[in-house]
Amino acid sequence: MRFLNFILVAIAGGILIYSTVDMPPWADPSSPASVHVSPRYIEKTLEETATPNVVTSVLADYRGYDTLGETTVIFTAGMCCILLLRRVSKR
Amino acid sequence: MISRYESIIITTLCKLLIPVIQLYGLYVIMHGHSSPGGGFQGGVILGASFILLVISHGLDEVKKRMSEKLNTIFCSFGLLIYAGLGVLALIFGGNYLDYGHLPIPVTIAEARYLGILGIEIGVGITVMAVMISIFLDISSVGEQE
Repeated sequence: MRFLNFILVAIAGGILIYSTVDMPPWADPSSPASVHVSPRYIEKTLEETATPNVVTSVLADYRGYDTLGETTVIFTAGMCCILLLRRVSKR
Repeated sequence: MISRYESIIITTLCKLLIPVIQLYGLYVIMHGHSSPGGGFQGGVILGASFILLVISHGLDEVKKRMSEKLNTIFCSFGLLIYAGLGVLALIFGGNYLDYGHLPIPVTIAEARYLGILGIEIGVGITVMAVMISIFLDISSVGEQE
């Protein structure tokens, strides 16, 4: 059984390593991720949002929904901890 | 239940250190526009300063400053600022979370700048309150004030 697990892990790892062969080279300006919306964000962020930090403007403005979701996740985690851990005394 | 740490060196050092840490947390939140940082990181620093206060000065000292009720209100207040700014942009004729339409008498780019600042503050408040809330619940073994 342990040997079978090892073979499964080796096959999964081999598939993952094989898939990295197709990935674009490091810092390639013509890779798919660098030609879609990234250049527009980098060129227009100062003019559209007056924010020097591109990361902040993408995080909070262009991808505002995403950050709202992240904040909601944190809020939900806090509420779940209150529900699970806090003992409310009944007076 | 964590009580006050019986060492004058530790309590004095923490008393000196905590305001500096909180000031740095506020700086990280407000300066997220032009340097690494923002709401999440600054909120975590602010929350860590309160956790340091729990460890050094005991649980009662923190509950005097930041009660559990106030803390729970802060949890939802930060998210309310965030979602409320989105709804405000919706009311004044933009898309949801489109800060360019906020009713501020500046140019669209500067309105977006201020909108980003507003939601960073909201995120910071929520992250800080959630961190304090989880730590208080664990360290007080769930006993409410």
